[in-house]
Amino acid sequence: MRVLRGGPLTLFQDLGRWGFQRHGVPVGGAMDEVSARVANLLVGNAPGEAVLEITLQGPSLVFDSDCLVALCGARFAVHAGGCPVLPDRPVRLAAGTVLEIGAAAAGCRGYLALAGGWALEPVLGSCSTFAPGGFGGWLGRGLRRGDQVPVRGAEATRLEGWSAQPGQTGMASPRWSVRPPVVLQEGRPARVRFLPGLHWNAFPAQSRKAFTTQRYRVGARSDAMGCRLEGLPLPGPDLPDLPSAGVTYGTLQVPPDGQPIVLMAHRHTTGGYPRLGEVIAADLPLLAQMRPGDTLGFDIVTTEEAESLYRRREAAMQALEQAIVMQEKQRRDAVHRPQL
Amino acid sequence: MRVLPAGDRALLVDFGQRAGAGASALALAAELDREPLPGQRDLVPATTSLMVHYEPLGSAPPEGHASSFALLRAAIEERLRGRVRAAETAGREVEIPVRYGGEAGEDLEAVAQACGLEPAQFVALHSAAVYHVDMLGFLPGFAYLGGLDERLRMPRRRVPRARVPAGSVAIGGPYTAVYPLASPGGWHLIGRTEVSLFDVQADPPALLQPGDRVHFRVLAP
Repeated sequence: MRVLRGGPLTLFQDLGRWGFQRHGVPVGGAMDEVSARVANLLVGNAPGEAVLEITLQGPSLVFDSDCLVALCGARFAVHAGGCPVLPDRPVRLAAGTVLEIGAAAAGCRGYLALAGGWALEPVLGSCSTFAPGGFGGWLGRGLRRGDQVPVRGAEATRLEGWSAQPGQTGMASPRWSVRPPVVLQEGRPARVRFLPGLHWNAFPAQSRKAFTTQRYRVGARSDAMGCRLEGLPLPGPDLPDLPSAGVTYGTLQVPPDGQPIVLMAHRHTTGGYPRLGEVIAADLPLLAQMRPGDTLGFDIVTTEEAESLYRRREAAMQALEQAIVMQEKQRRDAVHRPQL
Repeated sequence: MRVLPAGDRALLVDFGQRAGAGASALALAAELDREPLPGQRDLVPATTSLMVHYEPLGSAPPEGHASSFALLRAAIEERLRGRVRAAETAGREVEIPVRYGGEAGEDLEAVAQACGLEPAQFVALHSAAVYHVDMLGFLPGFAYLGGLDERLRMPRRRVPRARVPAGSVAIGGPYTAVYPLASPGGWHLIGRTEVSLFDVQADPPALLQPGDRVHFRVLAP
């Protein structure tokens, strides 16, 4: 894969670097793991294969051999050989076709999966990029013009027998697609659910009430480490000398200025600010797709409810995987059926 | 001791702010390394707590429990009721050679003055102590070293630096530390070391582990 334009923030991510947090190594990985996993399933990859995470503005790429890709998550303006490319379905590209990914019209992060994946060296068990340390992914950094990233290549059967539809040159995609795996807010205020945590009861009652009734705006300084919320300052608990403790994706911490921060995929491993609680796993992809200026409010749920939502999501993912596998089987069977 | 949810894919075992909390956290981490809990993905010990990251397994809550969290909490309480062996490996003694002051430690003169000391006295006090690794966090390989002399303590810089060079030896609040990588940082820089504190090829990748004892050796300028 040759990079004609890298885009401002295009990095390889998988489902994170697990098992090394005690050494201070952040988990990282895809901010919206649902879109990343579905993109992989659409091209027949294991859900945890490394994908390109594309933030707000995309790259321009060309593959030197025929390949199969899929794009999920934020809605980008995408063209291949000049033809529009739609998300949420496999897309076969002929060797040499330029894949041009423009700006995201909705959502924040898109995920490009490649059948067979790229030939990346895992570092500490993961192909996720840790940019501050310069390791993981592709050379520990985002894509740049001139990069030539080796690919592994897909099985031949996955690339054979695609017929282009009218108007498509250099690319082919089926008529079917999956429902977008994560609903993009497109300016609508989001409701985000959370579980009260370590310091919830220590916060003043007024702060607890304000947190669940206020509408917050996503601040301009939000990034992959933390989603900074802007709203009326929240008075914190009176807890001097708070010891640092582990944090997780979704931890809601309140620094001295009273503006909560939701810790995201690339957070540090530990934190010392008071914490209200944690956003539930099922709502993290929604947060990952929010852009500065978007608004949201918070609702408390129980552990049982949170787990039930998570289990339901995982069951839906399994069902989707099976549906995609069946579609691919039907496609291959049709390829080998005699033409009538 | 209490076990609290940290969202629905992690929990926190909080040992409270008492002496021995850190040792309890490390002992439980060692126990869970030996015999992981169902769905366990990662362990993060800290000075008074242990975070356990996990995947809730199965298509329904585990039998006999309202949630995976409830099962894991019960399992942890059970482990803690038994005799939890302290972490098996004794900490190591680690010596870190340091060039203090000058271009390698831009803040040394200012912090010495703020503490009412000559820079040479500050260096003597800093390098005389044996520090203990309390926990790692903030950056890969960044070890919070406890035991900083009271006379050397300073609140963090009002304005953090956008970039602290890798190998910088620093003080912040009650701790001293070495920055393993270049990073933004709000601690006061007093010296620099060439020792590598983090190497992805090494096993473990971080030089320092909780329980290690560290002292700094003054290098001639």
